[in-house]
Amino acid sequence: MNAPMIIQFLANGFMVGGVYALIALSIVLVYKSTRIFNFAVGQMIMVCGFVCWAFIEQAGFPVWLGLLLGGISGLLIGLIIERLTLRPLIGQPILASIMITLALAYFLNGLTLFIWQAYGRNFPQFLPGSPLQLAGVMVSHEHLWTFGIAIFVFIIFAIFYRYSGTGLDMRATAEDHQLAQSRGVKVTKIFSITWGIVGLITTVAGVLLGARLGLGLYLPAIALKAFPAVLFGGLESIPGAIIGGLTVGILENLVGGLLHPWLMEITPYIILLLILIIRPEGLFGLKRIERI
Amino acid sequence: MRPNGVYDTKYTQDIAIVRTVPHWALLIGGLTLLFLLPLWIKVQVMNLIAIYVIAVQGLSILTGYTGQISLGQSAFMAVGAYTSALLSVHAGISFWISLPLSGISAGLAGLVFGLPSLRIKGFYLAMATLAAQFIIPCLIIHIRPDLTEGTGVLLVPPPQIGDFKFNTQQSMFYIIMPISVFLTFVAKNLTRSGIGRAFIAIRDNDLAAEVMGINLFRYKILSFFICSFYAGIAGSLWAHWMRSISCDDFTIMQSVWFLGMLIVGGMGSTAGAVFGTAAIQLLEELTRGMSPFLIQFFPHVKGTLIESLSPMVFGMIIIIFLIFEPRGINHRWEIFKTSYRLWPFTY
Repeated sequence: MNAPMIIQFLANGFMVGGVYALIALSIVLVYKSTRIFNFAVGQMIMVCGFVCWAFIEQAGFPVWLGLLLGGISGLLIGLIIERLTLRPLIGQPILASIMITLALAYFLNGLTLFIWQAYGRNFPQFLPGSPLQLAGVMVSHEHLWTFGIAIFVFIIFAIFYRYSGTGLDMRATAEDHQLAQSRGVKVTKIFSITWGIVGLITTVAGVLLGARLGLGLYLPAIALKAFPAVLFGGLESIPGAIIGGLTVGILENLVGGLLHPWLMEITPYIILLLILIIRPEGLFGLKRIERI
Repeated sequence: MRPNGVYDTKYTQDIAIVRTVPHWALLIGGLTLLFLLPLWIKVQVMNLIAIYVIAVQGLSILTGYTGQISLGQSAFMAVGAYTSALLSVHAGISFWISLPLSGISAGLAGLVFGLPSLRIKGFYLAMATLAAQFIIPCLIIHIRPDLTEGTGVLLVPPPQIGDFKFNTQQSMFYIIMPISVFLTFVAKNLTRSGIGRAFIAIRDNDLAAEVMGINLFRYKILSFFICSFYAGIAGSLWAHWMRSISCDDFTIMQSVWFLGMLIVGGMGSTAGAVFGTAAIQLLEELTRGMSPFLIQFFPHVKGTLIESLSPMVFGMIIIIFLIFEPRGINHRWEIFKTSYRLWPFTY
């Protein structure tokens, strides 16, 4: 095993990790403000990706318009999901909120099959450029674009969350629903905004994953790998999402490349199990102290 | 709620499950009818329901009574199925011995993934069991592909007594159904015992339970063991019933399906697990039966209509139940029982 190969695996892991970080961000945003863990994120990515594809390929819009419309419909999908399924469950026990996102995942899976069938679809080639060769390491331009866009979107939302007025309201809601309400923040509105943003992020992730791997029913399985990333960084930490995403991507590729390819599939989950046993709150998460 | 005019004068009467003569008549009549059913209806569906009932009963003990969420039930089923299949195929051990062994091996696998449950709960625990759902099938495929056929299909011999082979749906029904009924009975009694009450205390408030002197670690682990034991038995029956298994049968979707059955049936009740499983599976059959009719309206989905329709219907059903009747079918059944016992009075 020589050094260039290890660097190659590192580079691959880094690139893949960018997308994991983006997906992790969407999970963290939802968890912070609504205390719901979105298990349906993979299916949302798939549906939003397919919607974008439908605008570009089936409706024949130019790519930029298709992506714009895709983004808008992603936003709407997020809003609709929040209003119809999650709003009625505010204040219900934790199992209900877990089950509702799982049921949603099921439903979206069926919907995708129903509308677009099972076989894979490909986006037209819209990312310009050709594979780069840097000091013996091959980096495909798709990977590079994916990574760049993912990190760009990540930073945009992190800044929005940190500095805008709405972001401040969202952070207040994340801290304490009742306190936020008493300060005049409309919590239900914040929930809607959060899910709208999540719809947007999943559209970006769907397009990025779709452009690199094609669209199909296997997309949710890839998105599931963001779960270890979220837990690694801590469920409530945005910087944790990016560090977790990159770490999981890199470890997955290193283990898969250096030890055995089949280990690649389960590495993220072994990481997850280890985190849960050793440090359940993750790197930057908050440790909750319980009182009766 | 006691039936009108029934008073308990002895302690044994107080703890009895079946109390009155009509109860006994209904129970015996119902069981006789159940075991005569193969004469009239499609046994295949009944077998599937009976196997799923076992798995859901296990999950009901873990999730419904102890309040620990498991997304790995179908992986533990896979452990049971493969244990039983490997013992029968490669070691030549009879089904009757490998059945309990597969329950125990699945139970041990459950213990491993239940270990984090002492420190974590809620989403985190769901995650730990989700990890089981990915790690276990992957290990089955890759560790000894020469034994398990890897991603391929492993053929399993039918159960046998002497020279008689249980190789038809009807004969398997008489193995699966009694085991299912028996395990349901065990679950019912277990949840009424001291162990069951400890489980309920942990579900309602684990800190308070610990203060009351319940050994949290022991009971949580025990709950995981029982849950996976049930899954293992279900898996073993599944293997010898289908007579061919592959890892594709035991997916995360299947685990969610079990949880959904539990939600629809009603958490924290033995009857609920049966109701939920029967309701969801019959709905699935209905969707299947309706598909030739529906296909006229949606000609573009020809091949995948059932595959797409059944998750949609299933997802919808769970969402509707969670929003409008989170206590499940069993709650409606309890209301009905109370009202007919009080009839003609309203309370």
